[in-house]
Amino acid sequence: MLEQQLVNALSLGSVYALFALGFTLIFGVLGVINLSHGAVFMLGAYAALQAVVKLHLPLWAALIAALLFSGVVGMLIDVLVLRPLRKRNAPHLIPMIATIGIGIFFNNAVQGIFSADNQRFPSDLLPDQQVYFAGVQVSVLEIAIIVLSFALMGALFFIMNRTQIGRALRAIAESPKAAALLGINVEGLFLLTSFTAAALGGVAGVLIALYSNAVFPLMGQPILHKGIAVIILGGMGDIRGALVGAMFLGFAEVLSVAYIGSTMRDAVGFGLLFLVLLLRPQGLFGKVLERKA
Amino acid sequence: MTESFDNFWAIYSNLVLTIGINGLLALSIYLTLSCGLLAMANAAFMGIGAYTASLLTMNAGAPFSVALLGGMAAPTLVALVIGAPTLRLSGVYLAMATLGFGEVVRVAILNAESWTGGALGLNGIPQSTQWWHVVASLVIVLLVLWRLRRSRVGRAFEAIKEDGVAASLMGIGVLSHKMLAFTLGAAIAGLAGALNAHLTFFIGPSEFGFDRGVDILTMAILGGTGGLTGPVLGAAIITLLPELLRSLKDFRTMVNGIILVVIVLFLPRGLWDPLRFKQWWARRKAVTAASGEKR
Repeated sequence: MLEQQLVNALSLGSVYALFALGFTLIFGVLGVINLSHGAVFMLGAYAALQAVVKLHLPLWAALIAALLFSGVVGMLIDVLVLRPLRKRNAPHLIPMIATIGIGIFFNNAVQGIFSADNQRFPSDLLPDQQVYFAGVQVSVLEIAIIVLSFALMGALFFIMNRTQIGRALRAIAESPKAAALLGINVEGLFLLTSFTAAALGGVAGVLIALYSNAVFPLMGQPILHKGIAVIILGGMGDIRGALVGAMFLGFAEVLSVAYIGSTMRDAVGFGLLFLVLLLRPQGLFGKVLERKA
Repeated sequence: MTESFDNFWAIYSNLVLTIGINGLLALSIYLTLSCGLLAMANAAFMGIGAYTASLLTMNAGAPFSVALLGGMAAPTLVALVIGAPTLRLSGVYLAMATLGFGEVVRVAILNAESWTGGALGLNGIPQSTQWWHVVASLVIVLLVLWRLRRSRVGRAFEAIKEDGVAASLMGIGVLSHKMLAFTLGAAIAGLAGALNAHLTFFIGPSEFGFDRGVDILTMAILGGTGGLTGPVLGAAIITLLPELLRSLKDFRTMVNGIILVVIVLFLPRGLWDPLRFKQWWARRKAVTAASGEKR
Protein backbone atom coordinates (compact mmCIF):
# COMPACT_ATOMS: atom_id res chain seq x y z
CA MET A 1 0.00 0.00 0.00
CA LEU A 2 2.72 2.42 0.96
CA GLU A 3 4.80 1.52 -2.09
CA GLN A 4 1.78 2.18 -4.29
CA GLN A 5 1.36 5.63 -2.78
CA LEU A 6 5.04 6.39 -3.23
CA VAL A 7 4.80 5.66 -6.96
CA ASN A 8 1.75 7.93 -7.26
CA ALA A 9 3.57 10.65 -5.35
CA LEU A 10 6.63 10.30 -7.57
CA SER A 11 4.62 10.74 -10.78
CA LEU A 12 2.66 13.70 -9.37
CA GLY A 13 5.83 15.26 -8.00
CA SER A 14 7.68 14.91 -11.29
CA VAL A 15 4.93 16.72 -13.20
CA TYR A 16 4.95 19.49 -10.57
CA ALA A 17 8.72 19.64 -10.96
CA LEU A 18 8.47 19.97 -14.72
CA PHE A 19 6.05 22.86 -14.34
CA ALA A 20 7.98 24.53 -11.52
CA LEU A 21 11.31 24.25 -13.40
CA GLY A 22 10.05 26.48 -16.20
CA PHE A 23 8.62 28.85 -13.63
CA THR A 24 11.84 29.06 -11.66
CA LEU A 25 13.97 29.25 -14.82
CA ILE A 26 12.17 32.39 -15.97
CA PHE A 27 12.52 33.86 -12.51
CA GLY A 28 16.18 32.97 -12.18
CA VAL A 29 17.26 34.24 -15.59
CA LEU A 30 14.77 36.98 -16.52
CA GLY A 31 13.93 38.01 -12.96
CA VAL A 32 10.22 37.87 -13.79
CA ILE A 33 7.52 35.99 -11.92
CA ASN A 34 5.69 34.65 -14.94
CA LEU A 35 2.08 34.33 -13.82
CA SER A 36 1.06 33.38 -17.36
CA HIS A 37 2.91 30.07 -16.95
CA GLY A 38 -0.33 28.37 -15.91
CA ALA A 39 -1.98 29.54 -19.13
CA VAL A 40 0.98 28.27 -21.18
CA PHE A 41 0.58 24.91 -19.41
CA MET A 42 -3.08 24.86 -20.46
CA LEU A 43 -2.21 25.87 -24.05
CA GLY A 44 0.19 22.90 -24.23
CA ALA A 45 -2.61 20.52 -23.27
CA TYR A 46 -5.00 22.05 -25.84
CA ALA A 47 -2.33 21.97 -28.55
CA ALA A 48 -1.76 18.25 -27.97
CA LEU A 49 -5.49 17.58 -27.91
CA GLN A 50 -6.01 19.43 -31.20
CA ALA A 51 -3.06 17.62 -32.77
CA VAL A 52 -4.59 14.28 -31.81
CA VAL A 53 -8.24 15.04 -32.61
CA LYS A 54 -7.94 17.28 -35.67
CA LEU A 55 -4.63 16.24 -37.23
CA HIS A 56 -4.81 12.58 -36.12
CA LEU A 57 -1.20 12.61 -35.02
CA PRO A 58 0.11 9.83 -32.77
CA LEU A 59 0.62 10.73 -29.14
CA TRP A 60 4.41 11.20 -29.30
CA ALA A 61 4.06 13.60 -32.24
CA ALA A 62 1.30 15.48 -30.41
CA LEU A 63 3.63 15.83 -27.43
CA ILE A 64 6.33 17.36 -29.64
CA ALA A 65 3.76 19.62 -31.29
CA ALA A 66 2.62 20.81 -27.86
CA LEU A 67 6.23 21.39 -26.80
CA LEU A 68 6.94 23.50 -29.88
CA PHE A 69 3.63 25.36 -29.72
CA SER A 70 3.95 26.37 -26.08
CA GLY A 71 7.60 27.21 -26.60
CA VAL A 72 6.71 29.59 -29.42
CA VAL A 73 3.99 31.14 -27.24
CA GLY A 74 6.65 31.70 -24.59
CA MET A 75 8.91 33.40 -27.13
CA LEU A 76 6.05 35.61 -28.31
CA ILE A 77 5.35 36.66 -24.71
CA ASP A 78 8.99 37.58 -24.34
CA VAL A 79 9.24 39.50 -27.63
CA LEU A 80 5.89 41.30 -27.48
CA VAL A 81 5.63 42.12 -23.78
CA LEU A 82 8.67 41.39 -21.65
CA ARG A 83 11.30 42.82 -24.02
CA PRO A 84 9.68 46.27 -24.34
CA LEU A 85 9.41 46.37 -20.55
CA ARG A 86 13.09 45.45 -20.19
CA LYS A 87 14.03 48.18 -22.66
CA ARG A 88 12.16 50.68 -20.54
CA ASN A 89 13.84 49.35 -17.40
CA ALA A 90 10.46 48.87 -15.74
CA PRO A 91 10.56 47.98 -12.03
CA HIS A 92 10.20 44.25 -11.42
CA LEU A 93 6.58 44.28 -10.35
CA ILE A 94 5.51 45.64 -13.74
CA PRO A 95 6.40 42.55 -15.87
CA MET A 96 4.65 40.34 -13.31
CA ILE A 97 1.46 42.36 -13.69
CA ALA A 98 1.77 42.16 -17.47
CA THR A 99 1.99 38.35 -17.27
CA ILE A 100 -1.18 38.32 -15.15
CA GLY A 101 -2.89 40.10 -18.05
CA ILE A 102 -1.48 37.59 -20.55
CA GLY A 103 -2.79 34.73 -18.41
CA ILE A 104 -6.28 36.23 -18.23
CA PHE A 105 -6.19 36.77 -21.99
CA PHE A 106 -5.24 33.17 -22.86
CA ASN A 107 -7.60 31.58 -20.33
CA ASN A 108 -10.56 33.53 -21.64
CA ALA A 109 -9.62 33.25 -25.31
CA VAL A 110 -9.51 29.45 -25.00
CA GLN A 111 -12.74 29.47 -23.05
CA GLY A 112 -14.34 31.55 -25.79
CA ILE A 113 -13.08 29.31 -28.60
CA PHE A 114 -13.40 25.80 -27.10
CA SER A 115 -16.04 26.54 -24.40
CA ALA A 116 -15.51 25.93 -20.69
CA ASP A 117 -16.40 22.24 -21.02
CA ASN A 118 -14.07 19.49 -20.00
CA GLN A 119 -12.54 17.77 -23.05
CA ARG A 120 -10.88 14.36 -23.14
CA PHE A 121 -8.29 12.55 -25.18
CA PRO A 122 -9.76 9.65 -27.24
CA SER A 123 -9.81 6.65 -24.92
CA ASP A 124 -8.05 4.26 -27.37
CA LEU A 125 -5.07 6.58 -27.38
CA LEU A 126 -4.02 6.08 -23.80
CA PRO A 127 -1.74 3.18 -22.97
CA ASP A 128 -3.68 1.35 -20.27
CA GLN A 129 -1.37 -1.58 -19.63
CA GLN A 130 -0.38 -2.15 -16.06
CA VAL A 131 3.04 -3.29 -14.99
CA TYR A 132 3.56 -5.20 -11.77
CA PHE A 133 6.86 -4.42 -10.19
CA ALA A 134 7.78 -5.78 -6.74
CA GLY A 135 4.12 -6.01 -5.82
CA VAL A 136 3.34 -2.49 -6.98
CA GLN A 137 0.91 -1.82 -9.78
CA VAL A 138 2.16 0.91 -12.10
CA SER A 139 0.52 2.04 -15.31
CA VAL A 140 2.63 2.53 -18.41
CA LEU A 141 1.43 6.12 -18.42
CA GLU A 142 2.86 6.74 -14.96
CA ILE A 143 6.20 5.22 -15.97
CA ALA A 144 6.24 7.36 -19.11
CA ILE A 145 5.47 10.48 -17.08
CA ILE A 146 8.23 9.79 -14.58
CA VAL A 147 10.81 8.86 -17.22
CA LEU A 148 9.98 11.79 -19.50
CA SER A 149 9.99 14.29 -16.64
CA PHE A 150 13.31 13.10 -15.31
CA ALA A 151 14.82 12.99 -18.81
CA LEU A 152 13.83 16.59 -19.49
CA MET A 153 15.00 17.69 -16.05
CA GLY A 154 18.29 15.84 -16.49
CA ALA A 155 18.83 17.56 -19.83
CA LEU A 156 18.16 20.92 -18.19
CA PHE A 157 20.59 20.20 -15.34
CA PHE A 158 23.22 19.14 -17.83
CA ILE A 159 22.76 22.27 -19.92
CA MET A 160 22.82 24.57 -16.90
CA ASN A 161 25.88 23.05 -15.25
CA ARG A 162 28.05 21.61 -18.00
CA THR A 163 27.68 23.68 -21.15
CA GLN A 164 28.73 27.11 -22.34
CA ILE A 165 25.07 28.15 -22.66
CA GLY A 166 24.47 27.16 -19.04
CA ARG A 167 27.45 29.17 -17.88
CA ALA A 168 26.20 32.16 -19.87
CA LEU A 169 22.71 31.77 -18.36
CA ARG A 170 24.14 31.67 -14.85
CA ALA A 171 26.17 34.78 -15.63
CA ILE A 172 22.99 36.52 -16.77
CA ALA A 173 21.24 35.42 -13.57
CA GLU A 174 23.97 37.20 -11.60
CA SER A 175 23.90 40.36 -13.68
CA PRO A 176 22.53 40.84 -17.21
CA LYS A 177 24.60 44.00 -17.67
CA ALA A 178 27.91 42.39 -16.75
CA ALA A 179 27.03 39.40 -18.95
CA ALA A 180 26.37 41.70 -21.91
CA LEU A 181 29.74 43.39 -21.33
CA LEU A 182 31.40 39.97 -21.46
CA GLY A 183 30.03 39.52 -24.95
CA ILE A 184 27.14 37.23 -24.08
CA ASN A 185 24.12 37.56 -26.35
CA VAL A 186 21.75 38.39 -23.49
CA GLU A 187 18.60 39.02 -25.57
CA GLY A 188 19.10 35.79 -27.52
CA LEU A 189 19.46 33.78 -24.34
CA PHE A 190 16.39 35.45 -22.82
CA LEU A 191 14.50 34.26 -25.89
CA LEU A 192 15.92 30.75 -25.55
CA THR A 193 15.04 30.68 -21.85
CA SER A 194 11.49 31.80 -22.59
CA PHE A 195 11.17 29.03 -25.18
CA THR A 196 12.59 26.34 -22.90
CA ALA A 197 10.55 27.35 -19.86
CA ALA A 198 7.29 27.54 -21.81
CA ALA A 199 8.05 24.25 -23.58
CA LEU A 200 8.59 22.51 -20.23
CA GLY A 201 5.32 24.03 -19.00
CA GLY A 202 3.47 22.87 -22.11
CA VAL A 203 4.76 19.30 -21.76
CA ALA A 204 3.74 19.30 -18.10
CA GLY A 205 0.27 20.38 -19.29
CA VAL A 206 0.00 17.45 -21.70
CA LEU A 207 1.18 14.98 -19.04
CA ILE A 208 -1.33 16.22 -16.46
CA ALA A 209 -4.06 16.19 -19.10
CA LEU A 210 -3.24 12.54 -19.90
CA TYR A 211 -2.91 11.59 -16.23
CA SER A 212 -6.24 13.07 -15.12
CA ASN A 213 -7.79 12.79 -18.61
CA ALA A 214 -9.19 16.30 -18.44
CA VAL A 215 -8.53 19.39 -20.54
CA PHE A 216 -10.32 22.60 -19.60
CA PRO A 217 -9.53 26.33 -19.92
CA LEU A 218 -8.78 26.97 -16.25
CA MET A 219 -6.69 23.85 -15.71
CA GLY A 220 -3.58 26.00 -15.38
CA GLN A 221 -4.74 27.99 -12.37
CA PRO A 222 -4.47 25.33 -9.63
CA ILE A 223 -1.07 24.23 -10.91
CA LEU A 224 0.07 27.84 -11.06
CA HIS A 225 -0.76 28.18 -7.37
CA LYS A 226 1.08 24.94 -6.69
CA GLY A 227 4.01 26.16 -8.74
CA ILE A 228 4.13 29.24 -6.53
CA ALA A 229 4.08 27.00 -3.46
CA VAL A 230 6.83 24.81 -4.92
CA ILE A 231 9.22 27.62 -5.67
CA ILE A 232 8.58 29.23 -2.28
CA LEU A 233 9.28 25.89 -0.62
CA GLY A 234 12.42 25.34 -2.61
CA GLY A 235 13.69 28.87 -2.79
CA MET A 236 13.01 31.14 -5.75
CA GLY A 237 15.14 30.88 -8.85
CA ASP A 238 16.85 27.72 -7.65
CA ILE A 239 16.58 24.66 -9.92
CA ARG A 240 17.47 22.12 -7.21
CA GLY A 241 14.97 23.86 -4.96
CA ALA A 242 12.20 23.53 -7.54
CA LEU A 243 12.84 19.79 -7.84
CA VAL A 244 12.94 19.22 -4.08
CA GLY A 245 9.94 21.49 -3.48
CA ALA A 246 7.89 19.73 -6.17
CA MET A 247 8.65 16.27 -4.79
CA PHE A 248 7.90 17.53 -1.30
CA LEU A 249 4.50 18.81 -2.41
CA GLY A 250 3.73 15.69 -4.45
CA PHE A 251 4.51 13.38 -1.54
CA ALA A 252 2.72 15.61 1.00
CA GLU A 253 -0.43 15.66 -1.14
CA VAL A 254 -0.57 11.98 -1.99
CA LEU A 255 0.28 10.78 1.50
CA SER A 256 -2.21 13.15 3.13
CA VAL A 257 -4.97 11.93 0.81
CA ALA A 258 -4.07 8.34 1.62
CA TYR A 259 -3.70 8.64 5.37
CA ILE A 260 -5.63 11.73 6.53
CA GLY A 261 -8.41 12.28 4.00
CA SER A 262 -8.95 13.90 0.61
CA THR A 263 -10.23 17.21 2.00
CA MET A 264 -6.87 17.77 3.62
CA ARG A 265 -4.97 17.47 0.34
CA ASP A 266 -4.43 21.17 -0.25
CA ALA A 267 -4.41 21.96 3.46
CA VAL A 268 -1.28 19.88 4.10
CA GLY A 269 0.60 21.28 1.11
CA PHE A 270 -0.25 24.87 1.85
CA GLY A 271 0.08 24.38 5.61
CA LEU A 272 3.70 23.39 4.97
CA LEU A 273 4.00 26.45 2.78
CA PHE A 274 2.70 28.63 5.61
CA LEU A 275 5.25 27.20 8.02
CA VAL A 276 8.04 27.82 5.53
CA LEU A 277 6.77 31.38 5.07
CA LEU A 278 6.85 32.03 8.79
CA LEU A 279 10.12 30.31 9.62
CA ARG A 280 12.17 30.58 6.46
CA PRO A 281 10.49 32.94 3.98
CA GLN A 282 13.42 32.71 1.58
CA GLY A 283 12.69 28.99 1.05
CA LEU A 284 14.73 25.88 1.74
CA PHE A 285 17.56 26.74 -0.65
CA GLY A 286 16.99 30.45 -1.16
CA LYS A 287 19.08 33.36 -0.05
CA VAL A 288 17.67 36.71 0.98
CA LEU A 289 19.25 39.21 -1.31
CA GLU A 290 19.96 42.36 0.56
CA ARG A 291 21.71 45.38 -0.73
CA LYS A 292 24.29 46.58 1.71
CA ALA A 293 24.89 50.29 1.74
CA MET B 1 -37.15 63.02 -11.63
CA THR B 2 -37.16 61.31 -8.26
CA GLU B 3 -39.11 58.44 -9.77
CA SER B 4 -36.55 57.84 -12.49
CA PHE B 5 -33.83 58.02 -9.86
CA ASP B 6 -35.69 55.45 -7.77
CA ASN B 7 -35.87 53.21 -10.81
CA PHE B 8 -32.20 53.63 -11.52
CA TRP B 9 -31.33 52.97 -7.88
CA ALA B 10 -33.50 49.87 -7.70
CA ILE B 11 -31.61 48.36 -10.63
CA TYR B 12 -28.11 49.66 -10.13
CA SER B 13 -27.70 50.24 -6.37
CA ASN B 14 -25.66 47.05 -5.97
CA LEU B 15 -23.39 48.04 -8.84
CA VAL B 16 -22.82 51.53 -7.45
CA LEU B 17 -22.10 50.23 -3.95
CA THR B 18 -19.76 47.60 -5.42
CA ILE B 19 -17.79 50.43 -7.02
CA GLY B 20 -17.37 51.95 -3.57
CA ILE B 21 -16.29 48.65 -2.02
CA ASN B 22 -13.86 47.97 -4.86
CA GLY B 23 -12.58 51.50 -4.38
CA LEU B 24 -11.73 50.61 -0.79
CA LEU B 25 -9.93 47.47 -1.96
CA ALA B 26 -7.94 49.38 -4.57
CA LEU B 27 -6.98 51.93 -1.91
CA SER B 28 -5.85 49.14 0.40
CA ILE B 29 -3.35 47.88 -2.18
CA TYR B 30 -2.41 51.46 -3.11
CA LEU B 31 -1.30 51.95 0.51
CA THR B 32 1.19 49.07 0.45
CA LEU B 33 2.33 50.02 -3.07
CA SER B 34 2.97 53.59 -1.89
CA CYS B 35 5.42 52.12 0.62
CA GLY B 36 7.11 50.12 -2.15
CA LEU B 37 5.60 46.80 -1.09
CA LEU B 38 4.00 44.51 -3.65
CA ALA B 39 1.85 42.60 -1.18
CA MET B 40 -0.78 40.43 -2.84
CA ALA B 41 -2.58 39.39 0.35
CA ASN B 42 -5.42 41.91 0.13
CA ALA B 43 -7.96 39.41 -1.16
CA ALA B 44 -7.11 37.13 1.76
CA PHE B 45 -7.47 40.00 4.24
CA MET B 46 -10.79 40.87 2.61
CA GLY B 47 -11.88 37.27 3.12
CA ILE B 48 -10.79 37.22 6.75
CA GLY B 49 -12.72 40.46 7.33
CA ALA B 50 -15.80 39.16 5.51
CA TYR B 51 -15.90 35.86 7.43
CA THR B 52 -15.19 37.49 10.81
CA ALA B 53 -17.91 40.11 10.36
CA SER B 54 -20.44 37.60 9.04
CA LEU B 55 -19.82 35.16 11.87
CA LEU B 56 -20.17 38.02 14.35
CA THR B 57 -23.59 39.07 13.02
CA MET B 58 -24.90 35.59 12.26
CA ASN B 59 -23.63 33.51 15.19
CA ALA B 60 -22.93 36.03 17.93
CA GLY B 61 -25.81 38.36 17.06
CA ALA B 62 -23.49 41.35 17.25
CA PRO B 63 -24.65 44.75 15.96
CA PHE B 64 -23.38 45.80 12.53
CA SER B 65 -20.94 48.36 13.93
CA VAL B 66 -19.26 45.71 16.10
CA ALA B 67 -19.13 43.36 13.11
CA LEU B 68 -17.42 46.03 11.00
CA LEU B 69 -14.87 46.68 13.75
CA GLY B 70 -14.26 42.94 14.12
CA GLY B 71 -13.92 42.67 10.34
CA MET B 72 -11.16 45.25 10.49
CA ALA B 73 -9.45 43.95 13.64
CA ALA B 74 -9.07 40.30 12.59
CA PRO B 75 -7.11 40.92 9.37
CA THR B 76 -5.01 43.54 11.17
CA LEU B 77 -3.97 40.95 13.77
CA VAL B 78 -3.19 38.38 11.08
CA ALA B 79 -1.18 41.00 9.18
CA LEU B 80 0.86 41.67 12.32
CA VAL B 81 1.67 37.97 12.67
CA ILE B 82 2.62 37.25 9.06
CA GLY B 83 4.11 40.71 8.45
CA ALA B 84 6.98 40.19 10.86
CA PRO B 85 8.70 37.43 8.86
CA THR B 86 7.50 38.24 5.33
CA LEU B 87 8.12 42.00 5.20
CA ARG B 88 11.84 41.28 5.45
CA LEU B 89 11.52 40.02 1.88
CA SER B 90 11.72 42.55 -0.89
CA GLY B 91 10.20 42.97 -4.32
CA VAL B 92 8.89 39.91 -6.07
CA TYR B 93 9.87 37.65 -3.16
CA LEU B 94 7.29 39.44 -1.05
CA ALA B 95 4.73 39.15 -3.85
CA MET B 96 5.24 35.39 -3.99
CA ALA B 97 5.13 34.95 -0.22
CA THR B 98 1.88 36.93 0.06
CA LEU B 99 0.36 35.05 -2.89
CA GLY B 100 1.21 31.84 -1.04
CA PHE B 101 -0.36 33.22 2.12
CA GLY B 102 -3.53 34.00 0.16
CA GLU B 103 -3.77 30.35 -0.90
CA VAL B 104 -3.20 29.27 2.71
CA VAL B 105 -6.14 31.43 3.83
CA ARG B 106 -8.39 30.09 1.08
CA VAL B 107 -7.58 26.50 1.97
CA ALA B 108 -8.00 27.22 5.68
CA ILE B 109 -11.50 28.68 5.05
CA LEU B 110 -12.31 25.67 2.90
CA ASN B 111 -11.33 23.22 5.63
CA ALA B 112 -12.77 24.97 8.71
CA GLU B 113 -16.19 23.69 7.68
CA SER B 114 -17.89 23.85 11.05
CA TRP B 115 -17.33 27.63 11.13
CA THR B 116 -17.21 28.75 7.56
CA GLY B 117 -19.45 26.25 5.79
CA GLY B 118 -16.47 25.04 3.73
CA ALA B 119 -16.92 25.14 -0.03
CA LEU B 120 -20.63 25.97 0.34
CA GLY B 121 -19.82 29.28 1.98
CA LEU B 122 -21.98 31.29 4.33
CA ASN B 123 -25.52 31.97 3.27
CA GLY B 124 -28.15 34.35 4.60
CA ILE B 125 -25.92 37.07 6.00
CA PRO B 126 -28.19 39.98 7.05
CA GLN B 127 -28.20 42.77 4.43
CA SER B 128 -27.18 45.50 6.84
CA THR B 129 -25.00 47.53 4.48
CA GLN B 130 -26.77 50.78 3.60
CA TRP B 131 -25.53 53.09 0.86
CA TRP B 132 -24.27 55.61 3.40
CA HIS B 133 -22.15 52.99 5.14
CA VAL B 134 -20.19 52.54 1.93
CA VAL B 135 -19.98 56.26 1.20
CA ALA B 136 -18.93 57.08 4.77
CA SER B 137 -16.28 54.35 4.77
CA LEU B 138 -14.87 55.52 1.47
CA VAL B 139 -14.80 59.16 2.57
CA ILE B 140 -13.18 58.34 5.92
CA VAL B 141 -10.55 56.10 4.32
CA LEU B 142 -9.82 58.74 1.67
CA LEU B 143 -9.47 61.43 4.36
CA VAL B 144 -7.16 59.26 6.48
CA LEU B 145 -4.98 58.36 3.50
CA TRP B 146 -4.95 61.97 2.27
CA ARG B 147 -3.82 63.14 5.71
CA LEU B 148 -1.27 60.33 5.83
CA ARG B 149 0.22 61.29 2.46
CA ARG B 150 0.95 64.79 3.64
CA SER B 151 2.34 63.70 7.00
CA ARG B 152 5.77 62.62 8.17
CA VAL B 153 4.67 58.99 7.82
CA GLY B 154 3.56 59.48 4.22
CA ARG B 155 6.87 61.07 3.31
CA ALA B 156 8.66 58.19 5.03
CA PHE B 157 6.62 55.74 2.88
CA GLU B 158 7.71 57.60 -0.22
CA ALA B 159 11.36 57.58 0.86
CA ILE B 160 11.21 53.82 1.50
CA LYS B 161 9.56 53.28 -1.88
CA GLU B 162 12.30 55.19 -3.68
CA ASP B 163 15.20 53.58 -1.80
CA GLY B 164 14.88 51.55 1.39
CA VAL B 165 18.55 51.59 2.27
CA ALA B 166 18.84 55.36 1.84
CA ALA B 167 15.66 55.82 3.91
CA SER B 168 17.05 53.74 6.76
CA LEU B 169 20.26 55.79 6.67
CA MET B 170 18.15 58.91 7.13
CA GLY B 171 16.87 57.41 10.37
CA ILE B 172 13.52 56.11 9.10
CA GLY B 173 12.40 52.88 10.77
CA VAL B 174 11.89 50.94 7.53
CA LEU B 175 10.38 47.77 8.96
CA SER B 176 7.97 49.56 11.30
CA HIS B 177 6.73 51.81 8.49
CA LYS B 178 6.29 48.83 6.19
CA MET B 179 4.38 47.09 8.98
CA LEU B 180 2.14 50.14 9.39
CA ALA B 181 1.33 50.23 5.66
CA PHE B 182 0.73 46.47 5.60
CA THR B 183 -1.58 46.36 8.66
CA LEU B 184 -3.49 49.50 7.70
CA GLY B 185 -3.99 48.06 4.21
CA ALA B 186 -5.23 44.82 5.80
CA ALA B 187 -7.72 46.78 7.95
CA ILE B 188 -9.11 48.61 4.90
CA ALA B 189 -9.39 45.37 2.92
CA GLY B 190 -11.14 43.77 5.92
CA LEU B 191 -13.59 46.66 6.09
CA ALA B 192 -14.35 46.24 2.39
CA GLY B 193 -14.88 42.52 2.95
CA ALA B 194 -17.24 43.10 5.88
CA LEU B 195 -19.28 45.66 3.92
CA ASN B 196 -19.40 43.41 0.86
CA ALA B 197 -20.53 40.36 2.84
CA HIS B 198 -23.45 42.33 4.30
CA LEU B 199 -24.37 43.62 0.85
CA THR B 200 -24.39 40.37 -1.12
CA PHE B 201 -25.58 38.19 1.82
CA PHE B 202 -23.48 35.27 0.55
CA ILE B 203 -19.75 34.60 0.76
CA GLY B 204 -17.69 31.61 -0.34
CA PRO B 205 -14.00 30.78 -0.19
CA SER B 206 -13.43 31.03 -3.95
CA GLU B 207 -14.34 34.73 -3.86
CA PHE B 208 -11.19 35.54 -1.94
CA GLY B 209 -8.64 33.64 -3.99
CA PHE B 210 -5.99 34.51 -6.51
CA ASP B 211 -8.41 36.00 -9.05
CA ARG B 212 -9.78 38.54 -6.59
CA GLY B 213 -6.24 39.51 -5.63
CA VAL B 214 -5.43 40.06 -9.29
CA ASP B 215 -8.60 42.11 -9.78
CA ILE B 216 -7.66 44.39 -6.89
CA LEU B 217 -4.18 44.90 -8.28
CA THR B 218 -5.59 45.55 -11.78
CA MET B 219 -7.85 48.31 -10.45
CA ALA B 220 -4.98 50.12 -8.75
CA ILE B 221 -2.57 49.73 -11.68
CA LEU B 222 -5.18 50.73 -14.26
CA GLY B 223 -6.13 53.88 -12.39
CA GLY B 224 -2.60 54.74 -11.39
CA THR B 225 -0.92 54.49 -8.03
CA GLY B 226 0.56 57.98 -7.88
CA GLY B 227 -2.33 59.34 -5.82
CA LEU B 228 -5.70 58.60 -4.29
CA THR B 229 -7.79 59.38 -7.39
CA GLY B 230 -6.25 56.66 -9.55
CA PRO B 231 -7.25 53.58 -7.50
CA VAL B 232 -10.85 54.77 -7.12
CA LEU B 233 -11.09 55.56 -10.84
CA GLY B 234 -9.61 52.16 -11.69
CA ALA B 235 -12.09 50.44 -9.35
CA ALA B 236 -15.00 52.22 -11.05
CA ILE B 237 -13.81 51.21 -14.54
CA ILE B 238 -13.11 47.57 -13.68
CA THR B 239 -16.49 47.27 -11.95
CA LEU B 240 -18.40 48.85 -14.83
CA LEU B 241 -16.49 47.18 -17.66
CA PRO B 242 -18.31 43.80 -17.61
CA GLU B 243 -21.63 45.68 -17.77
CA LEU B 244 -20.49 47.76 -20.73
CA LEU B 245 -19.03 44.79 -22.60
CA ARG B 246 -22.07 42.53 -22.37
CA SER B 247 -22.19 42.19 -26.16
CA LEU B 248 -18.83 40.40 -26.19
CA LYS B 249 -20.28 37.51 -24.15
CA ASP B 250 -17.66 34.80 -23.58
CA PHE B 251 -14.76 37.01 -24.58
CA ARG B 252 -15.75 39.66 -22.03
CA THR B 253 -13.14 38.96 -19.38
CA MET B 254 -10.51 38.59 -22.09
CA VAL B 255 -10.70 42.37 -22.45
CA ASN B 256 -9.54 42.73 -18.82
CA GLY B 257 -6.37 40.87 -19.73
CA ILE B 258 -5.75 43.00 -22.81
CA ILE B 259 -6.35 46.19 -20.84
CA LEU B 260 -3.86 45.12 -18.18
CA VAL B 261 -1.13 44.38 -20.73
CA VAL B 262 -1.78 47.54 -22.75
CA ILE B 263 -1.78 49.77 -19.66
CA VAL B 264 1.46 48.25 -18.40
CA LEU B 265 3.10 48.62 -21.81
CA PHE B 266 1.92 52.07 -22.80
CA LEU B 267 0.69 53.90 -19.68
CA PRO B 268 2.96 52.62 -16.93
CA ARG B 269 1.74 55.21 -14.46
CA GLY B 270 -1.92 54.42 -15.01
CA LEU B 271 -4.81 56.42 -16.43
CA TRP B 272 -4.80 59.12 -13.77
CA ASP B 273 -1.39 60.65 -14.00
CA PRO B 274 -1.27 64.33 -12.97
CA LEU B 275 2.28 64.63 -14.28
CA ARG B 276 1.19 63.61 -17.79
CA PHE B 277 -1.81 65.96 -17.63
CA LYS B 278 0.54 68.78 -16.68
CA GLN B 279 2.87 67.96 -19.56
CA TRP B 280 -0.03 67.89 -22.03
CA TRP B 281 -1.26 71.20 -20.68
CA ALA B 282 2.19 72.76 -20.92
CA ARG B 283 2.59 71.48 -24.49
CA ARG B 284 -0.80 72.85 -25.53
CA LYS B 285 0.04 76.19 -23.99
CA ALA B 286 3.38 76.21 -25.78
CA VAL B 287 1.71 75.39 -29.08
CA THR B 288 -0.92 78.11 -28.72
CA ALA B 289 1.71 80.60 -27.61
CA ALA B 290 3.87 79.75 -30.63
CA SER B 291 0.98 80.11 -33.07
CA GLY B 292 0.08 83.39 -31.35
CA GLU B 293 3.58 84.73 -31.96
CA LYS B 294 3.44 83.83 -35.66
CA ARG B 295 0.36 85.91 -36.01
